[in-house]
Amino acid sequence: MSLRITFITAGRILRQLLGDRRTVVLILAVPSLMIALISAIMDAAPEAFNSVGLILLAFFPFMMMFMITSITLLRERTGGTLERLMTTPTGKLDLVGGYAIAFGVAAASQTAIAASVAYLFLGLETAGPAWAVFLIAIIASLFGMALGLFVSAFATTEFQAIQFMPVFVVPQLLLCGLIWPRDQMAGWLQGVSDALPITYAVKALTEVQVNAEITSAMWGDVAVVAAAALVATALGAATLRRRTN
Amino acid sequence: MPPNATASTPATAIAVDDLVVHRGGQPVLNSVSTRIAAGSVTGLLGPSGSGKTTFIRAIVGTQKVRSGTVEVLGHPAGTKPLRRRVAYVTQDASIYPDLSVKANVAYFAALYGRSRSEAMTAIERVGMGDHAHKLAANLSGGQKTRTSLACALVIEPEVLVLDEPTVGLDPVIREELWDQFRTLAKQGATLLVSSHVMDEADRCDRLLLLREGRFIADDTPADLRASTGTANLEAAFLHLIRELEKAN
Repeated sequence: MSLRITFITAGRILRQLLGDRRTVVLILAVPSLMIALISAIMDAAPEAFNSVGLILLAFFPFMMMFMITSITLLRERTGGTLERLMTTPTGKLDLVGGYAIAFGVAAASQTAIAASVAYLFLGLETAGPAWAVFLIAIIASLFGMALGLFVSAFATTEFQAIQFMPVFVVPQLLLCGLIWPRDQMAGWLQGVSDALPITYAVKALTEVQVNAEITSAMWGDVAVVAAAALVATALGAATLRRRTN
Repeated sequence: MPPNATASTPATAIAVDDLVVHRGGQPVLNSVSTRIAAGSVTGLLGPSGSGKTTFIRAIVGTQKVRSGTVEVLGHPAGTKPLRRRVAYVTQDASIYPDLSVKANVAYFAALYGRSRSEAMTAIERVGMGDHAHKLAANLSGGQKTRTSLACALVIEPEVLVLDEPTVGLDPVIREELWDQFRTLAKQGATLLVSSHVMDEADRCDRLLLLREGRFIADDTPADLRASTGTANLEAAFLHLIRELEKAN
């Protein structure tokens, strides 16, 4: 692990990302537009928007990081650059760290814009501070990155990588309490929900929504998401092989 | 420059012993062994599918091997001390299509602590100076190969392994690249270059002829012609294959 190589790698990935203007615009604008749409749909029920809009603020960066990481890493794997990097002094953790920094910057920019739009223009209200929402969103996005890194090992084409979205992302969206309260789900579904990390991101957001002060319950939930991100990163790094067949 | 460049008998840079590689349950390399001298250009020749790329990947340490040993500069292939000293140019240019030529070479240079001006020098050396700001995706096949080569040259490796680096290149550029390979070897670097075209074989100090996962020759071009009684290497290769088939 070399900090210098990690930052060089992050710089290269950011340069690639910035070279693709259309993707940059999509990353920065789409979440704000979607949250604005939800706000318009729920115009008559600001309370509902307060909870749904808030959850989406953390969910979008998670989903985006999952998507762009799984596709870009798949490109590294199939384009031969990963094999090349594995013959250079680049360590596996340098590469993963580079992705985390570069896409973390992208997720932070996206969240900053979406959160500003939601708080300033769409009337989103939370009892707790906005920085806590920001923090939860960034940690959820790092979990998305790690998950994307991991599943990229199981796709051989970009088409397959896209198909992993409904498998790894959508169930977390459906079961996290966004579309249906968790305590009204069947017991076994609650069990599944308890095992999905995004559930804890949503719990943490709920803490911020109802409590003016930062609660220890929120830190606990954030820690669960962070731990899940670390486990997924370790699993993902293990899929980066120096020797292949 | 490697310390052994001035020694009277060149040291061994690459030692392969009884290397066996299977892929998809099929043997690709059947117990191959060879020694490659430091400061030489060795040609790895054979038809496509003969196992050239697998052999090369075993040398740079990215290929899973079943048995046998591969040592490069005295270290097991692919181990950490070698990652600063061995460069690998893959057959399909392994560069980032969404970065410019310069950004690609500067990135690989930076991984080794080399500067942007050194990257520019490497770009000039492969004749890509006029295209430095083009996106790699918009380059022709030969230009991509040269960019990929520049990414390896910039680190001034002691061992340079090239998988079919001259496919599809302009004859003039091919000539220039071979001159560069010779110069690098003269400076003490060890080069292993695979090719499926025989007319490049004469530019090598030594040839490894690979067929169906075995070396059918490991000799200098001159000795190979002499021992087979043929005028050119294409004929020598054919001769060896016929001999083998007769023996079976």
